[in-house]
Amino acid sequence: MPEHIVSPRIYAVIGATLLIFTGVTYYAATLDLNHIYHGLNVTVALAIAVFKATLVVLYFMHARYSPKRTQLVIIAGLFWLALLLLLTLSDYLSRATMHG
Amino acid sequence: MHRTGELYGQFQTLDQQREAASLGMWVFLITEIMFFGGLFLAYTINRAIYAVAFAEASRELNVHMGGANTAVLILSSFTMAMGVWCSQTGRKRLLVVFLIATLALGGVFLGVKYFEYAEKFHHHLVPGYDFHFPDVKPEIAAQDPYINAHAQLFFSLYFGMTGLHALHMIVGAGLLLWLIAQAAKGRFTPAYNTPVEIVGLYWHFVDIIWIFLFPLLYLIDRHT
Repeated sequence: MPEHIVSPRIYAVIGATLLIFTGVTYYAATLDLNHIYHGLNVTVALAIAVFKATLVVLYFMHARYSPKRTQLVIIAGLFWLALLLLLTLSDYLSRATMHG
Repeated sequence: MHRTGELYGQFQTLDQQREAASLGMWVFLITEIMFFGGLFLAYTINRAIYAVAFAEASRELNVHMGGANTAVLILSSFTMAMGVWCSQTGRKRLLVVFLIATLALGGVFLGVKYFEYAEKFHHHLVPGYDFHFPDVKPEIAAQDPYINAHAQLFFSLYFGMTGLHALHMIVGAGLLLWLIAQAAKGRFTPAYNTPVEIVGLYWHFVDIIWIFLFPLLYLIDRHT
């Protein structure tokens, strides 16, 4: 598989998008979103962070243009991270001591 | 090991060698993701348990320095990506320029981090070193009588996570210095630029860690 060359235009668009969403996440943090729904501030902050990280992985790190086997390794890694986070949190957050 | 030009003996083509190197780097980065993932998990659990103290402690961080550093790191990822493009298209001089820009922006990030850390020492917010959390309103103190200890836990995680991130930046700066020296010799061509790509992957990974550290440490309790 020959190397895929990503154009500077795409890098510039991605870089600008990342900067804009850094501003958006800062602005969102100054609003009391928890007033609307408890935990909304964290949810919005994490959703923006995941979106930004996805752009970095797909375009700056070329995952979108990588061989399928590399993509499979990336997805498998994220799956294990999800296991670590979800299974541990489902334990902790359901303990009686967390709601005292 | 037998080597013909830049092609090691166990590979048939430079493309195959590049794909193997990139795959290997991703496997390494996944071990790094698991390693930082454990720290993010520890932070999340403690934040859930000591929500009041963590919210108070989080507001002691300097959000302007943290925000500026986020922008600096994103710019450095952009210049790194442009460096990869230069190496792929044979722009040898411009490659050196973009790599130096990346290194300089990394230096700015670490410089800002130095001032942030110095501020924490000045404010007695370094765990184990004369830690004293500022007095809080009586209603906050009533919610968490051990707020000094729990705030210290926040700052332990803050220094642990940002410190390890900064360590990765320092390693990245070392890699960039080596890369700049190689690029200045004109080693990287459209046919062979794997080291630029690999160091780029590492640099972007360090950027991603900060993309999560910034909102989680600085932002989520900023309101009210």
